[in-house]
Amino acid sequence: MSDSPVTAGSVTTMEHEAHNPALLHHFSDAQQQKNAASLGMWLFLVTEIMFFGGMFCAYLVYRVAHFNSFAAASQQLSIGMGAFNTAVLIVSSVTVVLAVKAAEAGKRKLLVGYLVVTVLLGMTFLVVKGFEYREKFERHHVPGPTFKFTDTFDDNGKQIPVNPKEAELFFSLYFAMTGMHALHMIIGCGLFSVLAIFAWKGHYSPGYFTPIENAGLYWHLVDIIWIYLFPLLYLISRHS
Amino acid sequence: MSEHEEHTTHSQGFYLLIGAVLLVLTATTVGAAFVNLGPFNPVVALLIATVKATLVVLFFMHVKGASEKLTGAVVVAGFFFLAILLSLSLADYLTRSWR
Repeated sequence: MSDSPVTAGSVTTMEHEAHNPALLHHFSDAQQQKNAASLGMWLFLVTEIMFFGGMFCAYLVYRVAHFNSFAAASQQLSIGMGAFNTAVLIVSSVTVVLAVKAAEAGKRKLLVGYLVVTVLLGMTFLVVKGFEYREKFERHHVPGPTFKFTDTFDDNGKQIPVNPKEAELFFSLYFAMTGMHALHMIIGCGLFSVLAIFAWKGHYSPGYFTPIENAGLYWHLVDIIWIYLFPLLYLISRHS
Repeated sequence: MSEHEEHTTHSQGFYLLIGAVLLVLTATTVGAAFVNLGPFNPVVALLIATVKATLVVLFFMHVKGASEKLTGAVVVAGFFFLAILLSLSLADYLTRSWR
């Protein structure tokens, strides 16, 4: 229940402080401290939503303006690798919630195991993304002086009116959005690596595992961003 | 609503079930991309993505059952502002046919 005992007397505060070393003195009890941390994390996540939202908005506006070129460029992405990475991220989100559950139950080795598996899945995602990027470099689909776009025929061999400059814009947005997402993945992998070490050292208990929970919230948000990036970049232009 | 700090998480089986549903939805959206639905391809893809994101937010991020109602308000406010950003921008750009 959220009957946050903000007005609880200082006497109880002192008592709790003696019980739980993780409880800071300006919070009434562990639950209030946890709620405050969770709220702060969500406020940060909202800024992340708006940050990625700006890029999603730019993508939508340019997709409407340069529809044919964006569709042709989008069809050059590998649905197979994108779908595989989506599945990897979903499984990693499951291992994160199971890690939080293990932390709540005080199962230290299980917690470390789930955190390590999460990091490995995150790295799998990044390796696959790396292969995708390599393919873009090989085919000169990276925006810049060497950019080339000659794939102006659809699957039925029909000519599509494509402006290479507009296709370049698609790939600029592709690299900005997936690149920024990959940066978040790298940060997440580092975060969970550190948490795995702390968990191994026994920093967390059933009474205090807020860092695991909040890192989990971050990881799920990065997962959600990919859940939208995948259809928008890879899927929705297959039949246009 | 959770009774105490001990009960913020669900059972392991429930998490695996949600994970399986998310994987099935991923397979569905990939399959739907290869079917020609005309103007409804993007609609279907974004609808499925929204269902997936909602499942993650409610059950993996524990917004459903969060003991602090303020957290729910912040989440809703965040997506509300995103909706303003997208809808007002697109309301401008999608109605510039006079150019």
